[in-house]
Amino acid sequence: MHGQHGEIVIDPVTRIEGHSRITISLDEAGAVAGARFHVTQFRGFERICVGRPMHEMPAIMARICGICPVSHIVASSKACDEIMAVSPPPVAVSLRRVINLAQIVQSHALSFFHLSSPDLLFGFDAEPAGRHLFGVAARAPELARDGIALRRFGQTVIEILGGKRIHPGWVVPGGVSHPLQPDQRDGILDTVPEALAAVRRGLAWYRSRLAGFADEAGAFGTAPMLSMGLVHENGNAAYSDGDLRVVDPDGALLADRIDPKPYWDYLGEVAQPDSYLKSTYWKALGHPGGTYRVGPLARLNVVDRLGSAEADDRLGEFRDRVGRTPQSSFHYHEARLIEILHAITVIGRLLAAPEILDRRVQSMAEVNRSEGVGVSEAPRGTLMHHYRVDDQGLVTWVNLVIATGHNNEAMNLAVAEAAARYVDAGHLTEGMLNRVEAAIRCFDPCLSCSTHAIGQMPLEVELRGADGGLLDMVARP
Amino acid sequence: MTQRGRRPRFATVWLDGCSGCHMSFLDMDERLLELAEHADLVYSPLVDIKEYPDDVDVCLVEGAVSTTDDVEKVRVIRARTRTLVSFGDCAVTANVPSLRNPIGPEPLLQRAYVDNVDLHPGVPTEAVPTLLPRSVGVHKAVPVDVFLPGCPPSADVIYETLLRLLGIAAPPERPLRFG
Repeated sequence: MHGQHGEIVIDPVTRIEGHSRITISLDEAGAVAGARFHVTQFRGFERICVGRPMHEMPAIMARICGICPVSHIVASSKACDEIMAVSPPPVAVSLRRVINLAQIVQSHALSFFHLSSPDLLFGFDAEPAGRHLFGVAARAPELARDGIALRRFGQTVIEILGGKRIHPGWVVPGGVSHPLQPDQRDGILDTVPEALAAVRRGLAWYRSRLAGFADEAGAFGTAPMLSMGLVHENGNAAYSDGDLRVVDPDGALLADRIDPKPYWDYLGEVAQPDSYLKSTYWKALGHPGGTYRVGPLARLNVVDRLGSAEADDRLGEFRDRVGRTPQSSFHYHEARLIEILHAITVIGRLLAAPEILDRRVQSMAEVNRSEGVGVSEAPRGTLMHHYRVDDQGLVTWVNLVIATGHNNEAMNLAVAEAAARYVDAGHLTEGMLNRVEAAIRCFDPCLSCSTHAIGQMPLEVELRGADGGLLDMVARP
Repeated sequence: MTQRGRRPRFATVWLDGCSGCHMSFLDMDERLLELAEHADLVYSPLVDIKEYPDDVDVCLVEGAVSTTDDVEKVRVIRARTRTLVSFGDCAVTANVPSLRNPIGPEPLLQRAYVDNVDLHPGVPTEAVPTLLPRSVGVHKAVPVDVFLPGCPPSADVIYETLLRLLGIAAPPERPLRFG
């Protein structure tokens, strides 16, 4: 596959969640002219839900994504709360927080340990055949086992609360379907110390590796841009509730504690001719000036503090080292680990409160409004579900703004920057291309979520000049 | 069924699904490492092998067949795999992806990329595959050897199925449950 001036195609991008390819375009001199990230799956949830009963929406929305179904169930149920014009009972709000934080733990563990740690352990130029979780398990068994244990912790919390690990029920319009039982609470609390120990080891290991990746940290998506995320009234990080805050690259507030529900006032969506993933932009600054990041790094940039002592200590050290609002996307990795630490701590805190066992967990109502928006923080960033229904509660219109879509422009800038920095068209190596993919891995994109189809079978990467002639070729095993 | 005289080789692939079956595969937790002691994962979104290799003993195929690329890919997999497992409800029945079948691809694309954007409306056509008129189960595209239903199949079911198909362990005494 080659275009006007020759292209290098990486297809499929591996060790990410979903289907995509990267095209690196070359100018007539054979130098890197740019790079694009293409998402190749399309699912059309905004249309296929039309006509479904509102109460089915959380269960259908969960099937958008098997990695973060809980995020979709939470945002979907919140949109339905709005349509029913009810507030869930306070304990249901807390229980939704617990399951949403468990989702963040397991998803972040997957991203860091299962998908990205091979690059950080073996280096970006390592032999690809052994550059995976099983290779990590052979070389550094404790690291692999800590990753598996952290993901298991999050998944087990979800299973205990929601009945199953993937596509659970339980979070429903109006609250949650069942109160928490004392033995369930105790079962989770017993495992908190072990999970905290695992993430502490992971964070220490990451920091011990960091010095070796100074160059990549300076080239994996460093373009200055806005950061967006939810915060509580006191400026602490919010995941299931809260209001929007947007800061510029220097940390100056562009918007603070604004209601996220009328998102269309602030955010615009742009279709791309070469990807099934749409992009978004902050309307006040237009496109592309209003490009922003969401997700772990953006959340750390917008919050005053996370809101748990140990994680805030780690956040303080992070800020001392990389600045108050770091712009290198490489730092998503460390942000993810700090968020895991925070999330496990808060799960422990919420479950230790006696009122978590309250029996009144669901507010009952039918349709009282024709429209509702639910907003929460998914592992990868701010998630918005927006539904309209008729008088019978049948869905008439759906719009979804997905975390990975917010990051689409930032990911495209990151692959272009990494390609320009590392790809030498004259002497193509596999490690160069792995770095371009790794720039994408920093964002932990979830492409099932963001829409999609499937990449072609790539047999090798060919480097072609402007005349279409073969300059170099790397066969990937 | 595996080749004698070498370690068993298995693969996992996602077509049009939500990745949930792959997440259930990861939910084998520490059993993943046990599996890796006995067999090699030779192609998967989890590893960096970009071309589907020859001589694969078992492949778990998640997701429905929804695009021209899915068809091409699953044909290559079929040709190079001894035992092809239709992995999860989307592969077995087309499940959630098939919700679009009564509507057809055009109205879906129109809704997502024309009606629902503020800037540059237009259906993507460059570097993306074409949607098939209908999303179908894997067995509609190629012959399937084993069907593993569930949304997703549980980690226990996946583990026991792989042990059996890869010849690592005898079939379990208790029957597999799919509920």
